[in-house]
Amino acid sequence: MSGAAGGEPFGLRAGEDASGWPRVQRALALFAIDPVGLGGLWIRSGPDPRREAVVAWAKGLVGDVPWLRLPSHVTEDRLLGGLALAETLERGRMIHERGLLARADGGVVVAPMAERLEANVVAALGAALDRGELVVEREGLAARVHCRLGLIALDEGREDEAMPAPLRDRLAFPLDLAAPDLRGPRPPAPEGVADARARLADVAVSGAAVEALVKGALALDIPSLRAAILAARAARANAALGGRAEVVAEDLEMAARLVLGPRAQHVPETAEEEPPEDETPEEEMPEERPNDPSPSSEEPPEDGPAPEALDDVVLEAAASAIPAGLLDALRSGSTRSAATSGQAGALGKSDAGGRPAGTLAMTPRPGQRLNVVETLRAAAPWQKLRRRGEGPVQVRKSDFRVTRFRQKTETRVIFCVDASGSAALRRLAEAKGAVERVLADCYVRRDHVAMLAFRGSGAELVLPPTRSLTRARRELAGMAGGGTTPIAAGLDAARALALDARRRGQTPLVVVMTDGRANVARDGRPDPAAAREDALTSARALRSEGIACLFLDTAPRPRPRGRALAEALGARYLPLPYLDAAGVSREVQGLARAGVA
Amino acid sequence: MASFPFTALVGQDELKLALQIATVDPNIGGVLVFGDRGTGKSTAIRALAQLLPMMRVTEGCTYPCDPRLEGLGCVPECPALSGDAGVAEVPVPVVDLPLGATEDRVVGALDLEAALTRGERRFSPGLLARAHRGFLYIDEVNLLPDHLVDMLLDVAASGENVVEREGVSVRHPARFVLIGSGNPEEGELRPQLLDRFGLSLEVRTPQEVPTRVEVVRRRMAFEDDPETFRARFADDEAALTTRLSEAKARLGEVEVGDHAVERASALCQALGTDGLRGELTLIRAARAAASLAGDPAIADGHLRQVAPLALRHRLRRAVLEDVGSTARVAKAVAEVFGEEAPAS
Repeated sequence: MSGAAGGEPFGLRAGEDASGWPRVQRALALFAIDPVGLGGLWIRSGPDPRREAVVAWAKGLVGDVPWLRLPSHVTEDRLLGGLALAETLERGRMIHERGLLARADGGVVVAPMAERLEANVVAALGAALDRGELVVEREGLAARVHCRLGLIALDEGREDEAMPAPLRDRLAFPLDLAAPDLRGPRPPAPEGVADARARLADVAVSGAAVEALVKGALALDIPSLRAAILAARAARANAALGGRAEVVAEDLEMAARLVLGPRAQHVPETAEEEPPEDETPEEEMPEERPNDPSPSSEEPPEDGPAPEALDDVVLEAAASAIPAGLLDALRSGSTRSAATSGQAGALGKSDAGGRPAGTLAMTPRPGQRLNVVETLRAAAPWQKLRRRGEGPVQVRKSDFRVTRFRQKTETRVIFCVDASGSAALRRLAEAKGAVERVLADCYVRRDHVAMLAFRGSGAELVLPPTRSLTRARRELAGMAGGGTTPIAAGLDAARALALDARRRGQTPLVVVMTDGRANVARDGRPDPAAAREDALTSARALRSEGIACLFLDTAPRPRPRGRALAEALGARYLPLPYLDAAGVSREVQGLARAGVA
Repeated sequence: MASFPFTALVGQDELKLALQIATVDPNIGGVLVFGDRGTGKSTAIRALAQLLPMMRVTEGCTYPCDPRLEGLGCVPECPALSGDAGVAEVPVPVVDLPLGATEDRVVGALDLEAALTRGERRFSPGLLARAHRGFLYIDEVNLLPDHLVDMLLDVAASGENVVEREGVSVRHPARFVLIGSGNPEEGELRPQLLDRFGLSLEVRTPQEVPTRVEVVRRRMAFEDDPETFRARFADDEAALTTRLSEAKARLGEVEVGDHAVERASALCQALGTDGLRGELTLIRAARAAASLAGDPAIADGHLRQVAPLALRHRLRRAVLEDVGSTARVAKAVAEVFGEEAPAS
């Protein structure tokens, strides 16, 4: 019971200050108390010494348990286990190798570059976090392996890119190390974790406490139920750390700050009235802390406060922990908050990598991959005949098997839509209709669709590349129009997105929808002449990459400037008034087929 | 690891109904469960395994075949064919097809071990063999590689797994109820696969505070002490197992009247579903629902109850239309059956 009742082990009272380094420390300590229950840490940061320090800190707190770092682009056989080829060949019998997840049982897995994890790896990690065991059916091996583990995900994604949602959903503590309050020296490492771990099972969580967290999550519009469950566990770990036998108000407060606040999708009313503390890190006065030694003055911790009071505690604490950037985004009504965006890129990639699609019996040509296990399988039945007596496995040319990858004929259709001006709403409706229609037709072909809108001073990625109808519908619904017409910015953004598609092995196709009346130059000046010139320059740049392009003139009566722009793009020119959504889709499909062939 | 009890699941009535229908009538064609993260999709499906009644199998057969050799029969080596095989009782299998499974483990392949060490050419059965007469569960079905999906569809349609690889040539029965779950935001399911499922549903996170609180409390109670928690629901579980057995046994006795068939046709016509599969599934599901309820014949209430499950994924796609398919089915139900009747 070291440092439990008298002074908090961290030099901060639970519930009083949960910003800055103490907040990070608290999250690490709670994670170390219950790594399996809390899932883990979602650390957003570049490769920074601070991040390494935080990971090392966590390692020290978790103690002497398996600690494994996933290689980037980890393959399924490394992750889940499979045939140990060298040993199998050497000994002439099946030897299996345990996967990384099985070896991490009882410990912690660190996943670097979590924003780039492939969908299959994400799914395996998710299953391990959910159930603590995995079913492995691979390469002659059928096993149920234990893998109770905590995950530390290192997310280096910028802006739109982030760790896939299934993992975000399962890790209790999102930690943004770029937060402004994390400058300055770090306090000393926390203590009391091991004791708290031993006490954890005896901490009671009342119904009122759970209810307060559930209501808090609902008020913040956090969709998944896992958030409330993780918050309840965090509260319990916090109580254990404080030496309490029951979760009290200050534990809920801490859980709300650490688990719920960073997940908020909506600012509750109480938070709108008073500015959240996190926005102004200067308010944090470390030297004031010792002056206020009484534990949580507002709430009598042991007496089971009224449920309404608990609800308020949770909501206020969570609201105060909503990151400043997110808060602004939520207040301005932007639907694309940091917490929901960016999954399509990371997830879309998994298919474009070329999934294996069976094997062929043939000698590998340059660029093809020998499938060693399948080759071995082919060789196996003949071993008795081929080798006389003892000896290594004999593989002949006829045994060679080559992995076939799914042909990459995926297209990324990029809509680049003029969302400016008074006619914007009508045009946007048409554009949305066309995107939906094209998406529907692409659905069967498993193509991707993305949409850029340009207006005001720049271009915005309204719909990140996706194949998901559900996602597309949601993103498109929130799209707005109006403002000036920066065509050059739109075309530049389309080019970037098209080149990105190429890097992912997709064939880009750009569909430009505008009346061609540019009035904002690339540098943002409202100069129509320069704007026109810039638009033509950007159009030629797009053309020089050899990107297939379709130009839909949205002017009520088509004018030469549209056609000129189309020519600079090398685009097929279509005046929109004569086309409906189905027509647009037909044109796109035609061009896509031509582009792929 | 012991599973969460099925009867302890809060809400999710449609999901529970769909799984029960698939248990009572395995010919329903599988269940597809799409929905939000953290709604307990896979918990429910894994919980089902503990409820399933026992089934009789031929002792000593590699495939859990029916000793009466009904349906597709079995492989030539099956002891039941020689007539003097014993009979054993085993739980109906629920086989997990995990992501990352390789094709050899799914369809079965040459037994590498035997081949390497003894030079024997032997077939090592895969998951499809194990799932015979039971359930095959695919979590994240929308992330399954295409070549596995194609292969599964083929086997599910024919009820037979044909393996021709590495010099082994095997053909064995593989009839299973395919259960898939996934989150549509992480990838759409190919339409071809969608249509193959008999029933489909979408689960949503409950919005009411008391329901949510109860979900979280039960989850925590289960994790803290699985045994005590399971004991709390042991009676409910046993009662449901009995109910499922009985419903299955009397399924053939449920009367499928002309009126019910006409109603089903009218409903499918109103919705413009393609082909006859919709009607067939609707009738089958309604019959299973009637049997579960202990009713002697299919009534309108049963059809109403199962119509969304059986039909919502068979509508001609009005893509991205804001009116969801569930609402469209509800509208058609109201047109055909009249406005909301008292729930039967």
